[in-house]
Amino acid sequence: MTIHVKDVEHVAKLARLNLNAEEEQMFTEQLNAILQYAEKLNELNTDDVEPTTHVLHLSNVMREDEVRDSLPIEKVLLNAPDEEDGQIKVPAVLE
Amino acid sequence: MSTSKYETVIGLEVHVELHTKSKIFCGCSTEFGAPANTHTCPICLGHPGVLPVLNRQAVEYAMKAAMALNCTIADVSKFDRKNYFYPDSPKAYQISQYDKPIGENGWIDIEVDGKTKRIGITRLHLEEDAGKLTHVDGGYASLVDFNRVGTPLVEIVSEPDISSPEEARAYLEKLRAIMQYCEVSDVKMEEGSLRCDANISLRPYGQKELGTKAELKNMNSFRGVQRGLEYEQLRQADILDDGGQVVQETRRWDEAQGKTFSMRSKEEAHDYRYFPDPDLVTLHIDEAWKERIRATIPELPDARKARYTSEFNLPSYDAEVITSSKQLADLFEESLKYTKDAKSVANWIMGDLLGYLNSNGLELSDVQITGQGLGEMIGLIEKGTISSKIAKTVFKEMITSGKLPQQIVEEQGLVQISDEGAILAIVNEVIAANPASVEDYKAGKDKAIGFLVGQVMKLSKGKANPGLVNKLLVDALKR
Amino acid sequence: MTLFDLRLQEIHNKLRSKELSVSDLVDEAFGKINEREDRVKAYLTLDEEQARSTAKKLDDKLASNEPKGLLFGLPAGIKDNIVTEGLRTTCASQFLSNYNPIYDATVVTKLKQAESVTIGKLNMDEFAMGGSTENSSFYPTRNPWNLDYVPGGSSGGSAAAVAAGEAYFTLGSDTGGSIRQPASYCGVVGLKPTYGLVSRFGLVAFASSLDQIGPITKNVEDAAYVLQAIAGYDKMDSTSANIEIPDYISALTGDIRGLRIAVPKEYMGEGVDPAVKESVMASLRVLESLGAEWEEVSLPHTEYAVAAYYLLASSEASSNLARFDGVRYGVRADNPDNLLDLYHKSRSQGFGSEVKRRIMLGTYALSSGYYDAYYLKAQKVRTLIKRDFDEVFAKYDIIVGPTAPTTAFRIGSQVDNPLTMYLNDILTIPVSLAGVPALSVPCGFAEGLPVGLQIIGKPFDESTILRVAHAFEANTEHHKQRPNL
Repeated sequence: MTIHVKDVEHVAKLARLNLNAEEEQMFTEQLNAILQYAEKLNELNTDDVEPTTHVLHLSNVMREDEVRDSLPIEKVLLNAPDEEDGQIKVPAVLE
Repeated sequence: MSTSKYETVIGLEVHVELHTKSKIFCGCSTEFGAPANTHTCPICLGHPGVLPVLNRQAVEYAMKAAMALNCTIADVSKFDRKNYFYPDSPKAYQISQYDKPIGENGWIDIEVDGKTKRIGITRLHLEEDAGKLTHVDGGYASLVDFNRVGTPLVEIVSEPDISSPEEARAYLEKLRAIMQYCEVSDVKMEEGSLRCDANISLRPYGQKELGTKAELKNMNSFRGVQRGLEYEQLRQADILDDGGQVVQETRRWDEAQGKTFSMRSKEEAHDYRYFPDPDLVTLHIDEAWKERIRATIPELPDARKARYTSEFNLPSYDAEVITSSKQLADLFEESLKYTKDAKSVANWIMGDLLGYLNSNGLELSDVQITGQGLGEMIGLIEKGTISSKIAKTVFKEMITSGKLPQQIVEEQGLVQISDEGAILAIVNEVIAANPASVEDYKAGKDKAIGFLVGQVMKLSKGKANPGLVNKLLVDALKR
Repeated sequence: MTLFDLRLQEIHNKLRSKELSVSDLVDEAFGKINEREDRVKAYLTLDEEQARSTAKKLDDKLASNEPKGLLFGLPAGIKDNIVTEGLRTTCASQFLSNYNPIYDATVVTKLKQAESVTIGKLNMDEFAMGGSTENSSFYPTRNPWNLDYVPGGSSGGSAAAVAAGEAYFTLGSDTGGSIRQPASYCGVVGLKPTYGLVSRFGLVAFASSLDQIGPITKNVEDAAYVLQAIAGYDKMDSTSANIEIPDYISALTGDIRGLRIAVPKEYMGEGVDPAVKESVMASLRVLESLGAEWEEVSLPHTEYAVAAYYLLASSEASSNLARFDGVRYGVRADNPDNLLDLYHKSRSQGFGSEVKRRIMLGTYALSSGYYDAYYLKAQKVRTLIKRDFDEVFAKYDIIVGPTAPTTAFRIGSQVDNPLTMYLNDILTIPVSLAGVPALSVPCGFAEGLPVGLQIIGKPFDESTILRVAHAFEANTEHHKQRPNL
């Protein structure tokens, strides 16, 4: 599988990254090299192999439905780049 | 323009907020209406380093809901991340379920025009809710309130088995009733605890493949769902009649304008990049757990409806209306502990009660009336203590104060006058004061009696027993 | 000999006998920092005021003979991807250069309970992505043994600070080798616990299914103490193991007679520097002399580990780092045109190249049409790698090999080729994928740079690897060497 600059552009959009032409070129080459290296995995037949999401075989980890204290509003907004009326402010969603 | 040439195909995606006390992945309260961002913590705000821990109650409510919708419950279920950027989604992914939902392959029966139809349910999965945006600065900015983030939701996806906007509404109402009976959600559309998106497409009758669909959003009431779909049905039929192509897109229902509008977005097609959430572990749902939850499911609307028609001889229509809401059905049954007259109870509920609620935009929980009150009031009518007319006054008072009818009757002196002597005195007074009407009656104008009865009732402040008034008046006039 | 060359036990004895105060220990740390930090650059944030006030409180406690925590009075540095309430936490990223955490990580709470003294936050590769600390978006950390060389990474600051005597112990995090490899490069002890032993709550996630916090110390015994303090079930972490924690300190018996050691041939192959191999062989002879036996074995899927790891870790990272969007915290780009522009600009300005590269790789690997070919395939290969370990551990008690194929490399020598850089982790990544514990202990020097011996154990059998490392250390002198700074 070969990645082209347009694929890199598409992925950058999905990841919300701006790339300049130089970066696009660099990432195209580097991602190709990495993915080419990853082709190695296809040497292995994994048809009957279960995927591992967790090495620990834990299941049914749950907590009881109990309310705990929420944060004071000063802490909620401590790191807010912009705020108004106790809420985080962002530019409009719709262009 | 006509829709008669086309078959309508509708599928609904319904989100129901589960009314757990705390959020699905953290301990913040899910209470509605708190000041902005006061029900938040590092976890639901998506701060760096936080981890989710699943709320057992949310899982069990989802299981219960899925069982009530006749779904098969998964033996193994898991959570996946749905990745997308939006300011109301603090982690920039939503924890949801992709290929192993809690429930699959369910169904519910709906009734439209007296006919029962089965609608398939593809799946029910558990996920977390997003925050709320408010637009400010003339639309140039938004404020984000994260209180709602992490409220547990179930998403219920129907099969495209729904063939009309009316059926869509019936499906939604039935779904609401079932969720209400199960007591897993408040299911209030106006508070957003029940939300509905729809896919709708048209195809000429006989055509096998589905037509191009539009996805409809922002329908905030049951009526809105029906109206939005009706509008969309006509719009698509118009396009097809003109030989045009329906565009696959998301459209927004505008309640005020009564139209749908394309939500054109510059955004590229969504690619949510689902993958198993490594911060959460698998759910193994064994038979014992399933049975434990199954045992908590109460009698559901269809079963109650069947019981009401057989046990109480209610007409099917009445049974349908009363069981459409658990609160109404509970009120109905409570009333029957105090009177045997089921039909009368049904009439009062469907007439005066629903009329009052609808005209005032209220829910049953907003008013004070009790089953005991309604049942005892019907008993007072049967005994002749109050007339049906006075009962209406008593009923209104019960709605607002919640007092029992006996107390209302006593406090307001509403006991019916059945004492012949007392009524006769008023009758004689009325005859003396209305010679013209008396002459009319004697001249054969039977209608005049109505006026005279009315006068007697008025002078008795409505308390005279109407049957007795009629009898005594006729007797007196004959003399 | 400095104060920090004393073992924890010795320090506690001196504190008890009033020969030493906690303030003296904090003075020692800041003395070394003032003398060496402008050359080493191990720290991103120092908290001298808080450290001194904590020291004072602990000294008062000492005077009134109150009970003492396990790590009482010890000056500690914390890797800057572990959140500390009220103390800036940046993950060495411009994006979080102003981030003031609103809660403490579970391990930070545990350190407070153990009564250590936090003196600052340590440099690292941005968001733990890298193996040299050159990817810090503030400045690179230097190897105390040779300032022209990298300290390794991503916990480069954590390893360098211990080696330079700028902290008594530190916490690092390990995803594919990020504790063990810098410990090896800096000649200190680094332990990556079994996945699930130490809570991840408050560790800024890089690859959630692999990340673990662990100690970096001057000697094995101290590592056992720090592990004892931070290990344990945490109800805030769903992937935390609910097991009884053994007494790691009493496991250090010095007795390894009859121990069965496996040495994977893949860990002693062509890519491994001859000098490194020689140190490992010499170490095996030491272990043999102590009564252990070793045999060569095979972990046949080793060569696939790096590819599987980069797909899995990058995929998880692409999702974990999506929250850094400029909305709620971090550095928001100035004057965005609209919301989309805010996202794009904030993230592009906030992240460095390596982070962008991995986000790009992970986003691609998870994107529509490629999931099965990359992410799912890698998860299956992970299963095969884990099986390799299971099979060896059915017959052997521990696995031993080098921690890294080479000693530390020159700053700047590998920055242009990410793939070469990734291959430095070839001996630590399989262990991370299998989720088993491993420790790096100094086992020699090559051209003046330290070599690390990797001791790999069965799941939750930290006791055995600590016991082996402790016995090895007691019979060698490598760990006593100090860089000439």
